[in-house]
Amino acid sequence: MRINTIFTIFKKELSRFFKDRRTMVAILMPGILIYVIYSFMGGAMGDAFMPDDDYIPSVCVENMPESLNALFTQSGLFSLSDAESGKISKYKESIKNEELDLLIVFPENFDKKVNDYDISSGTAAPNIEMYYNSSAVNSSMAYQSAVSLLDYHESQMINRFDINNDIDTVFDLATEEDMTSMIFSMIMPMLLIMLLFSGCMAVAPESIAGEKERGTIASLLITPTKRSHIAIGKILALSVMALISGTSSTLGVVLSLPKLMGGTVTLDGSVYTLLDYTMLGIVILSTVLVLISVISIISAFAKTVKEASSYVTPLMIASMLIGLSGMFGASATSPVFYAIPLYNSVQCMISIFSFDLNVVNILITVAANVAVTGIGVFILTRMFNSEKIMFNK
Amino acid sequence: MKELIKVENLSKTFKLSSKQQKIEKTNEKVRRAVNDLSFEAYGGEIFGLLGPNGAGKTTTLRMLATLIKPDSGDALVDGYSIVNQPAAVRSRIGFLTSELKLEEFFTPNYLFDFFSSLHGIESEKAAKRKADLFSRFGIDKFAEVKVSDLSTGMKQKVSLAISMVHDPDIIIFDEPTNGLDVITAKTVTDFLISLKEQGKIIIVSTHIFSLIEKLCDRVGIIIDGKMVVCGAISEICGGKDLEDRFFDIYTEHVGGEI
Repeated sequence: MRINTIFTIFKKELSRFFKDRRTMVAILMPGILIYVIYSFMGGAMGDAFMPDDDYIPSVCVENMPESLNALFTQSGLFSLSDAESGKISKYKESIKNEELDLLIVFPENFDKKVNDYDISSGTAAPNIEMYYNSSAVNSSMAYQSAVSLLDYHESQMINRFDINNDIDTVFDLATEEDMTSMIFSMIMPMLLIMLLFSGCMAVAPESIAGEKERGTIASLLITPTKRSHIAIGKILALSVMALISGTSSTLGVVLSLPKLMGGTVTLDGSVYTLLDYTMLGIVILSTVLVLISVISIISAFAKTVKEASSYVTPLMIASMLIGLSGMFGASATSPVFYAIPLYNSVQCMISIFSFDLNVVNILITVAANVAVTGIGVFILTRMFNSEKIMFNK
Repeated sequence: MKELIKVENLSKTFKLSSKQQKIEKTNEKVRRAVNDLSFEAYGGEIFGLLGPNGAGKTTTLRMLATLIKPDSGDALVDGYSIVNQPAAVRSRIGFLTSELKLEEFFTPNYLFDFFSSLHGIESEKAAKRKADLFSRFGIDKFAEVKVSDLSTGMKQKVSLAISMVHDPDIIIFDEPTNGLDVITAKTVTDFLISLKEQGKIIIVSTHIFSLIEKLCDRVGIIIDGKMVVCGAISEICGGKDLEDRFFDIYTEHVGGEI
């Protein structure tokens, strides 16, 4: 039988997915949903934890000292008012009800007490009481701002040395490249494994168990096509679909990540070179081949797509755990680790994202993954030959 | 006439699950579906396998089509063993059964081209064959309609056309008119007769006596997996009606009254 039957099966599988709207939705929708949901979550979290830019918190102050009056007033951070003496409980209630943001109670004669205070005396220093509501964003921010002002004032009083007081000098020497590398090497291996697995889950059970369930596999098996060609054609087509799904989901995550992190982080994918991306692509492709092979074998045992999905669940959990292992520590150094499917992919991804690319380890990974895929094709071929597996009802 | 199918002592058993044992109220762990079955079929004839439900007709045809393997025995299809040369057998037969479903997302046009390609048929030859078969079965008007949107009869016609993409000399049809309306059933039976006239061999399984009488040159009656009678219809019936003769034979082998 001619080798192009593999291509015929491959084309048919791809056509089936493109013609089936449900499958297309299952493949492309996660990426779009992830982007929309993560962006919405980022926005909602920002709204929840960041105060309105135009809002000026209401702060009541009891016994405002002379030394701090100008600082507080000129900061423009607060709408200040004098607190009536002896009515602390009333102000506390207002803070609880979010009618007031902050109450600052200075001891009487605060400036004098501070001046008279001797650290070596061992007695307690003059204490400022600040009442706020941590569950209210505005109150919490008012508290933070007041603490900052007071810290600044305190450091001015006993200023013996400064740290990084030159605002024109950049002291944090981390580059954008370093930041991207740190975040990507921590998050992306786990995300990629999870999203690639989801992509494989969306297509493999449908193609293998689904064909059994719909009774169309027999039509295929009655042709003179070699079972191995059917297995290879299906695995290749499913891998392409899983890659499309994985790419869609990954794009969704990467594009929404800055929004999810509240805009505090700039992730610049251009810090990686074409070689990095090529190596990443090769690793991802070999990983997808492994996942598709294993899920296809599991699916071939199942009678229905639903049954296949439940059989694959433990593997999904294991994959997630392997993906999580990438969040801790640097990539493995021993080549032996790169012969373990999935774990090797995570390690390669870490090394690529942290600019520690090792071509030998990547080659071991790809070779190991291709070998596993070859074994997968062999097993799937045997399964296509087994009437017990193909026609179990 | 050329002997195209030679079945020798085919046997097949299926394991019974405990659930099936309960349903069938039996302690036996296996069911013998086909028991030491032998027969021959020749080019230019329609051979019928007749028997009640569960007699082993479909299992026999599935073994001949290499979908399942026999426990023992073998069959030669155009000289090729179903046990040792299944790929060669598959390329020589056209097999149709209700078990074979079509992918509902595709059109008849796409599926015909797909199966032609799997059979290694050149595109020009496949296009001509498609035009002939689609025209014969009236599929051409529905060639670009998804299978899911076709009527049951039209689906059956598409399945029939697809089973014939490679113009096989040996055609194995399991219950070919099952579930079809009278018009579609006549199209199918007329097609089978035309194939016979072309010198092809057709094996059909059915429990419809009139179909056997109308189509078949020879018939094999299977009861409980065994071939109890095999021969020309006139020989088997001996002047009697096929239905009456079948029940006589059935009573002889099963015992008691029906």
